[in-house]
Amino acid sequence: MSNSLDAYLVLSGIIFSIGSFGFLARRNAISMLMSIELMLNAVNLAIVAFGAFVDTLRPNSSVIALIVMAVAAAEATVGLAIVIAIYRNKRTPLVDEYDTLRQ
Amino acid sequence: MAIPDSVPILGIGWDDVLFMLLAAAMIGSALLVVTLRDIIRCGLAMMACFGCLAGLYVVLGAPLVAAAEVLIYIGAISVLILFAIMLTQTKNAPARLVFQTQAVPAAVASLVLVVLIVLTVTSTDWGAVPVRMASATDAVARILFSQFVLPFEVVSVLLLAAVIGGVFLAKRDERGGL
Repeated sequence: MSNSLDAYLVLSGIIFSIGSFGFLARRNAISMLMSIELMLNAVNLAIVAFGAFVDTLRPNSSVIALIVMAVAAAEATVGLAIVIAIYRNKRTPLVDEYDTLRQ
Repeated sequence: MAIPDSVPILGIGWDDVLFMLLAAAMIGSALLVVTLRDIIRCGLAMMACFGCLAGLYVVLGAPLVAAAEVLIYIGAISVLILFAIMLTQTKNAPARLVFQTQAVPAAVASLVLVVLIVLTVTSTDWGAVPVRMASATDAVARILFSQFVLPFEVVSVLLLAAVIGGVFLAKRDERGGL
């Protein structure tokens, strides 16, 4: 099982779907950011798995995975700073209470 | 005493057992991340999920990516998220509702997504070799600083911009409010 590309890709798809469910369903803004991190990690797993099983992609996949990690770190920094800035104004981390435009 | 080639009772290889254990632990902790009520525990389950993923990278033969996963995700991003949780949670937050009103449609959409992904993966020929091959770390380093040196520099500039932007967004404004 550990020698088939399909197993890794299916695992990656399952983790991605769990992350998308968390992003769509959770109320807490930080939970949504955590779900985004899950989805990014699932994509990274797919990239590394392709690199391990497809000859022409072998060294490139590790480099791409490292660059995706750096971009994910930048995304987490800016996202959490935005959540903290909104929290300072609205005093709640729950996204369905950010309804200024609806009132 | 020599270690046998395959697991004695089950008759499958050690790396298969390792893959299945890590995959099961990763799916379980990912489910905990999206369902637990206490958000601090969500963060800890996320760290466990990243640890299992680092193990999977080692199984796949990408040790550099595994080390970067441990350093960046478990070491840096999880700590950042835990600090943000401590800064933004009120005392009565865990007692309130975890999911929005659209949780059931979101669950249905995610199930449809996973079925689509499984069907696509299993019905496509990816041109994969039957045995996985490790990628040597020195080859990765060589290609990172020759062929991919421009993306590497661009990503470093992006990180710098993100750090400056994060500090600007999160710092308190003395005049009160943004």
